[in-house]
Amino acid sequence: MSILKVEKLTKSFGGLTAVSNVNMYLDQGELVGLIGPNGAGKTTLFNLLTGVYKPTAGTVTLQRGGSDQVISGLKPSTICEMGLARTFQNIRLFKDLTVLDNVRIAMHKDVRYGLLSSFLHLPSFVREEKRLKEKSLELLRVMGLEDKKDELAKNLPYGEQRHLEIARALATNPVLLLLDEPAAGMNPAETARLTELIGWIRENYKVTILLIEHDMSLVMKVCERIFVLDYGMIIANGTPAEIQSDKRVIEAYLGEDVANA
Amino acid sequence: MKVKNLMEKPAFRKFGGIIVLYAVVQLLISVGILNDYYFATIVTIGINVILAVSLNLITGFTGQFSLGHAGFMSIGAYFCAIVTLRVPGIPGFLLGMLAGGAAAAVVGLLVGLPTLRLKGDYLAIATLGMAEIIRIVFQNIEITNGAAGLSNLPKFVNWSWLFLFVAGITVLIVNFLHSSIGRACISIREDEIAAESMGINITRYKVTSFIIGAFCAGIAGALYATYFPIIKPDTFGFAKSVDILVIVVFGGLGSITGSIVGAVVLGLISMLLASWTDLRMVIYAILLIVIMIFRPQGLMGSREFSLAMLKRAGEQLNGLFHKKSKKEEN
Ligand SMILES: Nc1ncnc2c1ncn2[C@@H]1O[C@H](COP(=O)(O)OP(=O)(O)OP(=O)(O)O)[C@@H](O)[C@H]1O
Ligand SMILES: [Mg+2]
Repeated sequence: MSILKVEKLTKSFGGLTAVSNVNMYLDQGELVGLIGPNGAGKTTLFNLLTGVYKPTAGTVTLQRGGSDQVISGLKPSTICEMGLARTFQNIRLFKDLTVLDNVRIAMHKDVRYGLLSSFLHLPSFVREEKRLKEKSLELLRVMGLEDKKDELAKNLPYGEQRHLEIARALATNPVLLLLDEPAAGMNPAETARLTELIGWIRENYKVTILLIEHDMSLVMKVCERIFVLDYGMIIANGTPAEIQSDKRVIEAYLGEDVANA
Repeated sequence: MKVKNLMEKPAFRKFGGIIVLYAVVQLLISVGILNDYYFATIVTIGINVILAVSLNLITGFTGQFSLGHAGFMSIGAYFCAIVTLRVPGIPGFLLGMLAGGAAAAVVGLLVGLPTLRLKGDYLAIATLGMAEIIRIVFQNIEITNGAAGLSNLPKFVNWSWLFLFVAGITVLIVNFLHSSIGRACISIREDEIAAESMGINITRYKVTSFIIGAFCAGIAGALYATYFPIIKPDTFGFAKSVDILVIVVFGGLGSITGSIVGAVVLGLISMLLASWTDLRMVIYAILLIVIMIFRPQGLMGSREFSLAMLKRAGEQLNGLFHKKSKKEEN
């Protein structure tokens, strides 16, 4: 059963068409890769899915519980409330806040107390805050950041900042998780650990995952299916084995000359 | 031993300091050491604390640049004065406070909703214009008595009322900042795109923070109009908005204790230099330049002053003194 359907999605910046007539789908529970050369339009596609950019044309439909809902054109916060969460390629943590606060903020949309309780710290506040903290700490434990909960996000090493991005996205309680180059800047050992973690998260949080990654060791290992984007267009879609032997993909990555040689 | 036990209680650690402050000032007033002249300075400082803390909520914590805080103050002052000139006694006073705060909040909604939806710093321009329009309106309508302003206003504010409003509003805002909605506001300052991608409705919380700030500025204005006998449109001009912003920047954007310290320090300097108005402006300017050079983040940065901070500083000092003897032990 598919959970996300993308139809004829297009985004132009002036004369440049960064995403061009993209059709794709994701099935419930799948772990899918999105690859392509630099500037292919992968991040732009994520920005369209999450509402950061409005599409020039086309639609994105989220299918949940048998009902279809067009999400293209909605506000990012509304799209997040409907179950899409993401991480950012150029890390966008709340830098001057603690690790714990970064995660708690992402849980705000589900908080069950209002303004009055915020001012007066009524019992409903105390109860909810306790729940928020416990759930945040659990997510931090999963991502190996529990003992860093009181550090400022900006003081974490690079790899841990990427882990915190994932913890924060999970805190929104998503059905679909979009990861933009989660292993960028990590060494092979860190990447291997992250690869395992991503598989584990999919199993335990029952989320569908779409991930952008340049590190092929990660993509080929965990992804069941891969989309290849080149010049804003989907040029291939298949299993890792199919993608590795696809002539157009090899061309896109290595240039036509090499492919023909 | 008993005192120490008391000080360990969480309630005391939270409120002990301000209760002691209340008692000490009350004592100084009743024995006559703090005369009316000094008390006027205390009222001004208290009003400035409310103004600075509430502007800090908007600018330092939510990251929205507002240049018209004095405009909200004047709405609060005039609405309150209009009420207290008609309704006698404490009911009039309380009704006036409420009217002042509520009127400022409504104007805050009218200005904030259309501008805070836009990306970019339109709020600064809109609030600047708003404050100017309000001033001109108050200068030209009958009920506010034009440029001459309203005079013979009944006086209600004593130390207890002042303390109640200043401490009460500060505690409420600190509580708010330590709630999920408060954190949502702070996340907007940190990174709007990340915040909205994590489910934060950024327009809603920008407006929320702005309205709370406007309400508090209205209360500050109402306190002004129930202590000082005269209010005039010019009292709440652009210069007053800048004064408030200076306190906030001086104390540190994003630090409540910084705003309080800023209001007190700058208030005392103003008092000491009251008879040399020109010199006051020069010293003000020099002070600001010095702060901008040596501590561009303001006195407190975005940190809060706490007993734990004093304790840490004490331990560090202690450590310095004891280093030598420890080395010898080893
Ligand atoms: N806001 C924008 N305004 C104008 N052009 C943009 C904007 N965002 C992206 N682009 C352009 O769109 C194209 C696709 O960019 P995008 O960031 O989506 O690529 P990418 O596949 O994520 O690349 P990388 O692997 O380097 O991250 C690039 O040519 C980029 O310059
Ligand atoms: Mg990218």
